[in-house]
Amino acid sequence: MSGQPGSATAPGRNFAAAPGGGRTPSVPALELRGIDKRFGAVHANRTISLSVARGSIHGLIGENGAGKSTLMNIVYGFHRADTGAILVHGAPVDIHSPQEAIAAGIGMVHQHFMLVENFTVLENVVLGVEGGPILARGLAQARGALQKLAQDYGLDVPLDTVVSELPVGLQQRVEILKALYRRAEILILDEPTAVLTPQEADQLFQMLRRLRDEGKSVVLVTHKLREIMAITDRVTVMRQGAVVGEVATAATAPRELAEKMVGRAVLLRVEKGLARPGEVLLGVRDLEVRDRLGVARVKGVSFDLRAGEIVGIAGVSGNGQSELLETLAGIRAPTRGAITLGGRDVVREGLGPHERRSLGLAHVPEDRLRLGVVPSFSAADNAILGYHDRAVYQRGLRLDQRAIQAECEKKMSGHDVRPAQPQLRIAAFSGGNQQKLVLAREIDVDPRVLLIGQPTRGVDIGAIEFIHQKLIALRDAGKALLIVSVELDEILGLADRILVMNAGEIVGEIARADATEEKLGLMMAGVKGEGHA
Amino acid sequence: MSAPAKLPRWAELGLLPLLNLLAALVLSGVVVKILGESPWVAGQLMLRGALGSQEGIGYTLYYATNFMFTGLAVAVAYHAGLFNIGGEGQAYIGGLGSGLVALWLGHLPFFVVGPCAVFAGAAFGAAWALVPAWLQARRGSHIVITTIMFNFIAASLMTYLLVNVLIKPGQQSPETREFGAGAFMPSASDVFAKLGVTLAPSPLNLAFFLALGAAALVWMLVWRTRWGYALRVVGQNQDAAVYAGISPPRVIVQAMLLSGALAGCLGLNELLGAQHRILIDFPGGAGFVGIAVALMGRNHPFGIFLAAVLFGALAQGGSQLAFDLPKINRDMVVVIQGLVILFCGALENVFRAPLAAVFGLKGAK
Repeated sequence: MSGQPGSATAPGRNFAAAPGGGRTPSVPALELRGIDKRFGAVHANRTISLSVARGSIHGLIGENGAGKSTLMNIVYGFHRADTGAILVHGAPVDIHSPQEAIAAGIGMVHQHFMLVENFTVLENVVLGVEGGPILARGLAQARGALQKLAQDYGLDVPLDTVVSELPVGLQQRVEILKALYRRAEILILDEPTAVLTPQEADQLFQMLRRLRDEGKSVVLVTHKLREIMAITDRVTVMRQGAVVGEVATAATAPRELAEKMVGRAVLLRVEKGLARPGEVLLGVRDLEVRDRLGVARVKGVSFDLRAGEIVGIAGVSGNGQSELLETLAGIRAPTRGAITLGGRDVVREGLGPHERRSLGLAHVPEDRLRLGVVPSFSAADNAILGYHDRAVYQRGLRLDQRAIQAECEKKMSGHDVRPAQPQLRIAAFSGGNQQKLVLAREIDVDPRVLLIGQPTRGVDIGAIEFIHQKLIALRDAGKALLIVSVELDEILGLADRILVMNAGEIVGEIARADATEEKLGLMMAGVKGEGHA
Repeated sequence: MSAPAKLPRWAELGLLPLLNLLAALVLSGVVVKILGESPWVAGQLMLRGALGSQEGIGYTLYYATNFMFTGLAVAVAYHAGLFNIGGEGQAYIGGLGSGLVALWLGHLPFFVVGPCAVFAGAAFGAAWALVPAWLQARRGSHIVITTIMFNFIAASLMTYLLVNVLIKPGQQSPETREFGAGAFMPSASDVFAKLGVTLAPSPLNLAFFLALGAAALVWMLVWRTRWGYALRVVGQNQDAAVYAGISPPRVIVQAMLLSGALAGCLGLNELLGAQHRILIDFPGGAGFVGIAVALMGRNHPFGIFLAAVLFGALAQGGSQLAFDLPKINRDMVVVIQGLVILFCGALENVFRAPLAAVFGLKGAK
């Protein structure tokens, strides 16, 4: 932007100078008229019209691939619409780039933050709007303006802390500050809670309410129904590139929205019968894991996992669940303790991921794109990752391409992976379809023990239902499942027994029947629970 | 969006490199003009020199053989996520291996010496790559740095050996005696003569076909075997490799051994095929040209073959040019090579956006 960000008045409140001039509440803050966009053969947006009232929080919901992100990227100047118009406070604007979007008063907080990690908060905020060649002056002005913003909106952030040292929730706050400092009147948030703990999400929502009350307009892009219900005033539902409904949030219900999103009736919670636990298939005793710096991440964890049961590990993200899962899978080495799998101590014997697979352990990793797949490989090549040396895939010295292709086709039809094109790069599939393929790969070898991290992260509603049903079917077939999830709903919906982790320890164990969100929340905060193992 | 524009496959693999090459040649023409020669004449001379006669084609393919070995070496390492700059040193030491075998066993028939020389060249080249590979795999020392260092060590070692140890007694130039006749790689003209086809004499020899075989083998290994699968997983995503039970350090060492072995085969063409002795600096920069060849050939054996022939033609046509036009010397040829590398490597995306726009216009309406 070209204005002076550090002018005497606090940027965000300088309404008179903001684009659009004298406005009345009846004129929407942001209006889209007939936005249409094609990418080659893909019709990403079909004549979409949308209107966001001033001083409101507007939800935009739809499954992955419904065209929400495309639409918002058009508004923010990353893409150009083929046809259609964008109006800000009633005046048509022509947005070719994010700079022009910012100049028009539109700010965006991306799912993946656009921050310079080793800069301080203050330096990040002024980046690109330093206000002159002498940095000290610009920084001093910015400091004043930011303190005012912090007061007005309850957006407290330590200005001189390096961004990489801040928790994710605060990093997100820096992004919001950045937008407000650039005088954004309309704030677009793309899946803002994907990286947040429930508590951090609640704080974010409080912040957004305050912004709304101060007259800002917020567009919340999400696929989570709960968030829509909790915070939005109106909600627009998209499916397959088109708007399929717009309602006042108060006048709708989650089930109705879900059906609109998916286009058919969906179960929000999967039915399951009682578990019939059998013999112990995975035993963990006094496990301790340290990271590279020697900090203990998992401290003296012990538990048993039995055939025919689902054990859920609940906890705020970053309390050792990831390290525990990777250690059980053989990716990390513990510093102490024993893991018994199929009657053998795999730690003492030094068995790696490969040997543990042959002992009947399967692992669906938390971070799909980092661990679970090779993004640049085809679906077919990914469908054999970890099992590529099985005899069925060999033909002499070569890999049997035909067998690999056939296996991938089988997995795709058996697990409803779309599009069913084995040679398509895995990165071109939606998160849900990637996850279904990974799940298929790990299930189809008929393992006895399954480790599953974040079963439905980045997965749309239709696929969540499918995945949950699969997992329960596996339990009923006598498999032992260990599920780590930061979604409390998911743990409550799937697990027969819940272990809660805090600061690397298991602080409590609770049977599903006795568990409530309240009890779990307390344990997750570190309060020791009942029946501690 | 700033993501690279998508082009149709034929344009991506055919048209784009061709445009880049054309740009490099046009700019070379400008330089020739500035030097006071006609670009048109120079171009004709180069083309005729490289491809205008059986002899010219023979030289072109002979140079291309060197570039194929070193290009394949770079490509194999690349697929494991490694940038092997050490092709020059690995070729140098590999050549020492082949050369020693040729010196010692040259009195035996070729069908005995040949396989031994191939084995020794590959083994010496692989051994020279082993230390940087091990340092990368186990200690995390960056392979770009260590392989560059090993190029210098190889050069010093070879100078010492040729000046003090292997030199033919009673002469000044640092080179060995001539190999025994059994260690001469059969030349193409000899081979074809046996089939009743007469070819003009040139240094083109059996090593060219070994290089083609190596290219096919690399393709097979990287894209069609379990080992190649593991190699590519490590190259694309080391975390996923660990998850899949593949050991990245082991794959890194294996990939570098193969890479060094491929570079080490250069001596088969250069020494056994052409020079018939070990001499100072015989790789002559082919190890570095291999990087450009792999880059231009998109690290695919077939692309490497095409790029190697192109660079072979540049080398041969350039020599002809320097020979015929007094104002143009060997350095001009290096300039042309440099421009080709610049446009096909560093600036390869310059024409992407305009080209995409052309296709986009056609696609939309």
